[in-house]
Formats: sequence, structure tokens, C-alpha cells
Amino acid sequence: MIGIKLPVSADEIRKLKAGDEVSITGIMVTARDAAHKYLVETDAEDVRDLLKGSMIYHCGPVVKKGDDGKYTFVAAGPTTSIREEPYEAKVFEKYDVRAAIGKGGMGADTLAACGKFGSVYLSAIGGIATTLAQSVVEVLDVKKLEEFGVPEAFWVIRVENFPAIVTMDSHGNSLHDEILEKSRGEYDKLVG
Amino acid sequence: MEHKKLTAHFLELIRRASTSLPPDVVEALRRGIENEEPDSAAASTLGLLLENSQKAKDAETPICQDTGALYFFIEYGPDYRQSQLVEAIEAATAEATARYYLRPNAVDSITGKNSGDNLGAGAPNFHFTERDENGLRVRLLLKGGGSENVCAQYKLPDGRLKAGRDLDGVRKCVVDAVFQAQGKGCSPGIMGVGVGGNRDSSYGVAKKQLLRDLGDVNADPELADLEKRLMGELNLLGIGPMGLGGKTTVIGVKAGQLHRLPACFFVSIAYLCWAARKAFMTLKEEEVAYDWD
Repeated sequence: MIGIKLPVSADEIRKLKAGDEVSITGIMVTARDAAHKYLVETDAEDVRDLLKGSMIYHCGPVVKKGDDGKYTFVAAGPTTSIREEPYEAKVFEKYDVRAAIGKGGMGADTLAACGKFGSVYLSAIGGIATTLAQSVVEVLDVKKLEEFGVPEAFWVIRVENFPAIVTMDSHGNSLHDEILEKSRGEYDKLVG
Repeated sequence: MEHKKLTAHFLELIRRASTSLPPDVVEALRRGIENEEPDSAAASTLGLLLENSQKAKDAETPICQDTGALYFFIEYGPDYRQSQLVEAIEAATAEATARYYLRPNAVDSITGKNSGDNLGAGAPNFHFTERDENGLRVRLLLKGGGSENVCAQYKLPDGRLKAGRDLDGVRKCVVDAVFQAQGKGCSPGIMGVGVGGNRDSSYGVAKKQLLRDLGDVNADPELADLEKRLMGELNLLGIGPMGLGGKTTVIGVKAGQLHRLPACFFVSIAYLCWAARKAFMTLKEEEVAYDWD
């Protein structure tokens, strides 16, 4: 298990290889569909500084608002990342983001951007929402809550020992592509 | 039954569905661990799924943050009216959202605005059946967006798959859907398969299969054979838990059929993630019973 503290440098991220297990500590930001569209179409001054050298978590959490007005994450597993494929490479470039964390993997554009900018794609386990919410130790802020709604807002969170696996590295390797190609052999036999 | 009591029972049904995994699914995930290589990533992932489910149950928090769309399948006797049930379920759904058993998951498709309480046009989904006997039988399924996005519908014959208008053609469609989905629907999944029907009823019968117990056997011997064969074949694909490789790609295949038009042969695959959240309830007079804890 490799520990990563945020913010992190591109050099540090380039040391990671597909298959490595990592444990992340620091401040990151959630972003899903509406947020990615916004990041690409505007300059997003409200989150720009937070994203620099940090990571984007593809997550639409269940969030509890306490009597004191403070938010806590109740359930916070990853969402399917491929929906952000049309945006992610641009987001990495424009905001100097070191990783996207999600599930299911991403495509060729994101893989190329990982190599170009020194970034990675990390897989968190889908559906272990209570467990991952416990790694989110503090909700620091939220942006665009009213406009985007709870699942789609930018939640600024402090995580401790957040577990994930590098499944796309900055050297052109994608575990998702490997599994796809392996399964294609068996698929051809079953359908052919 | 008075509105307040009825609402409380539905709220409890939603809480159970969102925060605890049904015993047949737990059992299937355990079997998955036994089939994987000891100490493999697949085995440890399956272990984490079960561990998280227990934590969620203990803390009464959602197993998955995508608490899904709500599908209510309701059989009701002469002592109930549909309007009364809709009213109670809508109240329970809004309350379940306020209590964080559900994430606000109903978005206006035109304005993009989240309704905030899971109510809206077509939300929740209702399937009513009338019956002669008094009382209620309610089966609730929560199905998330990741698995919904990888559902697929085919029209036989299919040239690309060399799939004809027979059960072997149906089999090829299911293999293709699972291959295309890879890990994106949160494997290991449960496949509801609809054979025949029209565009919408085909998906409808596919989704209804997801309510079946994973251990049951199809009453139709040909569909029973198809289910068994597909369970074996799909787990040869090597996609594994969360698409990261392994022998456990599906934990259930359940098929149902409808008559079709001579010109049409649809095959629909309703993919349900491993976090197969369902809860069943029976109401008779003032007595309520849930099918499991």
C-alpha cells in the first residue's frame, strides 16, 4: 500500500504503476456529470485552486446536514467514470488535476492525458459506500449545491487513508483494457 | 389501514431495502469468495462488499450512495385502493430521503433540477396487481444508475452476433450484454432476461425477474436450462468483481418470457449490481411481516 498526501506532484504520480494499491490523505473534490460540464465550459474560479495538484472523486454522496449546519458524508462510493470521458482529459489539462477516482475505468483520451500531464486513474470499489464514507473525515465546503443538487455538487472533503487501486497509470497501462482483451477471447468462443 | 400507520410500514420497508442486503445475495457473494483463488484481488473485493454491507446494516446507512430508483410491485386486496397506497408510499419516500436512507435521486429532465425528495414524474415506479384476498403484498427493488446504464435491448435476428430467433440467439444477446458492460454495472451482477414482448414489456418482464430468489429454479424447463448454462458461461468471461478480473462476474441469471408479435423478437437484459437491494413485506389486517431481517 502506497501512501499519497495531497496536493501531490506529477513526478510523484508518475512513479505509480497499474495494479498499485494506494491510500490517500488530504483534500479532494467530488465532481460528476454537471460539474465536469461546468469545468470544461467555464473557468470555475470557485474550485480552480482546490483542484490544483489534487484529485477529483467521481461520487454523488448521501450527505447529512447536522443541527449546527455542518455536513457529513453518510454514504460515498464511486460512480461510473466513463460518463466523464468526453471531459476528463481537458479537466486534467486545464486544472492541473493529478487523478480521477471512480469505478469502471475510462477511455483512450483520459489514458493519453494521464501520460501527457502526469496523472492517473484510480478505482475505488463500487458500492462500499458506508466504508468509504468513513474515510471522509471532514466536509470542508460545498459549491454549486443549489444549482446542481446534492449528488452533482462539488463537495470539498478531507479524506484519511482513502483506499484505491491504480488501474490506469501515466505509462499507457490500463487494467481495464487488459481485462477487456482477456474477456474478448472467451466472448468470441461463446458467441462465435 | 390508516394513512399514518401505512406510511410507517412503507418507510420501514425502504429503510430495510437501502441498508441491508437480502440473504440470497449475501449467500451468493460468499460462494463467490469460495470460488475465487484465496488471497486474490477478486476474493478480497468480494470480502469488502460483504464487510461494507454488514457495516451499513449496523449503522442503518445506505449500502451504496446511489440508492437508485424505487420500484414498487404491489398486489392489493379489496380492502385497499391504489390512490391510498400511492399517497402513503410518496409520503414514506420523502421521509426516507429526509432520514438519509435515500439520496435525492429524481431530476427534472428539462430543467435539470433535483426534486430533493425522490418524487416526480414517474418517480417512484409503481406496478399494481389487484387480487381477491384482503391485504397487501409489497416487493420493493432499489436499482441504481450505473447498472441501469448498462441494460441492453436486442432485436433478433442480430447479424453482428449471428443470433437467430431461438433460445441460442437469446443466449448470445446475454453474453454480449455482460461483455459490453464489463465492470461498469458493478459486477458481480444479476441478469434479468426478458424474452419476447414489445419494446417496453420486454424490459418490464426482465426487471421483474430481479425480484426472484437467486436460489430458485425456473418453472419452464427450457428457461431453467438457459439460466443454468448462462451462469456457467458468463463466469468464464473473467471480468470479475468490479471488472478487475476474477471468476465471479454474475451471481444470478433469471429469465422470463412474453408472447410477441410475429414480426418482433426482442431480448432485454436488465443488469442489477451486486448491491441488489430488495425488501418484501406482507400486510394482513393490522399485522405486518417482512420476508427477512
